[in-house]
Amino acid sequence: MTDEIRLTFPIADLDALRVLRAGDKVRIDGRVIGIRDATQIAMFDRGEKPRMDLTGAALIHTAPNVRKVGEGRYEKVCIGTTTSARMNRFTRGVVETYGVRAIIGKGGLLADSLPVLMELGGVYLAITGGAAALETTQIEQIEEVEFEELMPECLWTFRVRDFGPLVVAMDSHGRSLYEEVTAGARDKLAELVARL
Amino acid sequence: MPPSPGTRTPASREAVYAAVEEAAKQTYVRALKVLPPDVKAALARASQTETDENGKRVLDIMLENVAVAERDDNLVCQDTGNVVFWLEVGEDCPLNLARVAAAVKKGTERATAEHSLRPNAVHPLTRENTMTNTGRHLPAMHYEFVPGDDALAADALRLHCLPKGSGSENMSFLRMLIPADGVAGVKRFILECIVEAGPKPCPPTIVGVGLGGTADLCATLAKKAVLRPLGTHNDDPAVAALEDELFAAANELGIGPMGLGGRNTVLGVNIEHAHTHITQNPVAVNLQCWTARRSSAVVTRDGHVTYGF
Repeated sequence: MTDEIRLTFPIADLDALRVLRAGDKVRIDGRVIGIRDATQIAMFDRGEKPRMDLTGAALIHTAPNVRKVGEGRYEKVCIGTTTSARMNRFTRGVVETYGVRAIIGKGGLLADSLPVLMELGGVYLAITGGAAALETTQIEQIEEVEFEELMPECLWTFRVRDFGPLVVAMDSHGRSLYEEVTAGARDKLAELVARL
Repeated sequence: MPPSPGTRTPASREAVYAAVEEAAKQTYVRALKVLPPDVKAALARASQTETDENGKRVLDIMLENVAVAERDDNLVCQDTGNVVFWLEVGEDCPLNLARVAAAVKKGTERATAEHSLRPNAVHPLTRENTMTNTGRHLPAMHYEFVPGDDALAADALRLHCLPKGSGSENMSFLRMLIPADGVAGVKRFILECIVEAGPKPCPPTIVGVGLGGTADLCATLAKKAVLRPLGTHNDDPAVAALEDELFAAANELGIGPMGLGGRNTVLGVNIEHAHTHITQNPVAVNLQCWTARRSSAVVTRDGHVTYGF
């Protein structure tokens, strides 16, 4: 699509994503880092530090279907994206402490993540949840895995090509498409309740 | 080889349990890979009617994904689910249900191992993963004893497999409303649940509703409701009318595909009901994601298996 912005991760300039605006369409090359509930509970609640450098990284909320092909080596089977809201409380940690700048997920982070994105120049990129078969075709290889004991909720490095399309659903200027849609739904709900 | 009809040696009985195990394995994998025709048709209709730019784009990706999964023989969604089986047992079915349950569990484990399915089942306190997608009380199994129907002989067994994705299962709700809340309270609660769930259950969803019964029965009926194909209605005209009314209302909310806005928030509203107590008015909501995976199999008493959705 001609209206898509191409990005390669990790990014070198940590302020580079401030140009993105809610509603922009994005497609990604390079590397994205798979992360999930148990991974972040280990990192933040138990203080376990990954070896991997997450500076300028794009995270993706996922636990993949994989086939083990050797010691610490895995082949993709089916990789898709999970609900981000469950991991909302780790937003500041990954963005501020680890230098992450993009979080790819579905369903959005909560409104209290917006100030973190504004302060540090982060974005939330929405993928189509459930569209894992398609997503799998855009992941070229699983390059690295950490926290293997948390299988399948490890820290995964995926090499991706033409990954997307993604929508900037929360930007670093305080806009969240989810907040806007939900506000509209609440107004409509009040109207429906009065009518039905 | 299945034994011929009429033979009732111990070996033939073993073969029938092996057929149940195979049917459980196949229904699980089939459900994960190919969406039912009613769901595909509903998504295609949604794409045609969607006016929101984001919503339309999302629906087209969903349809593309369904086609890619079939082309690549891959899973539609990475979430291999919390596995639920609904067993319809013909009233003359001679099988031992404890052995049927064991076969269903074994089939689930074989599907997981043989197809490298993501293991999801963890202990609720230790969070230790069994790595098999089975465990204590998993897969969840429900039994119904039925007289048989056009496709189910009275001595046969039908399995429905419902690998329930967590994004939508986490959006489950039960409210013990009271009679004074009336039908208005029921409608309000269901719509509130859809708004509360927002983008999280991967809309457009199928809204499974349990109405009446006890707390446990009500929640079970909500789950049963998501098994019913889109386009079908509750056989009680008053309940069917409520399904239609809520379907139209929910699609006015504007939540849209993946919660990014649009007129397609739900693909359908399916309600299952039970009589309840004079003091009670319970309602349960179980949302089903757009990848509304389900598949079924009929196992005859001689171990012959036919698959469906």
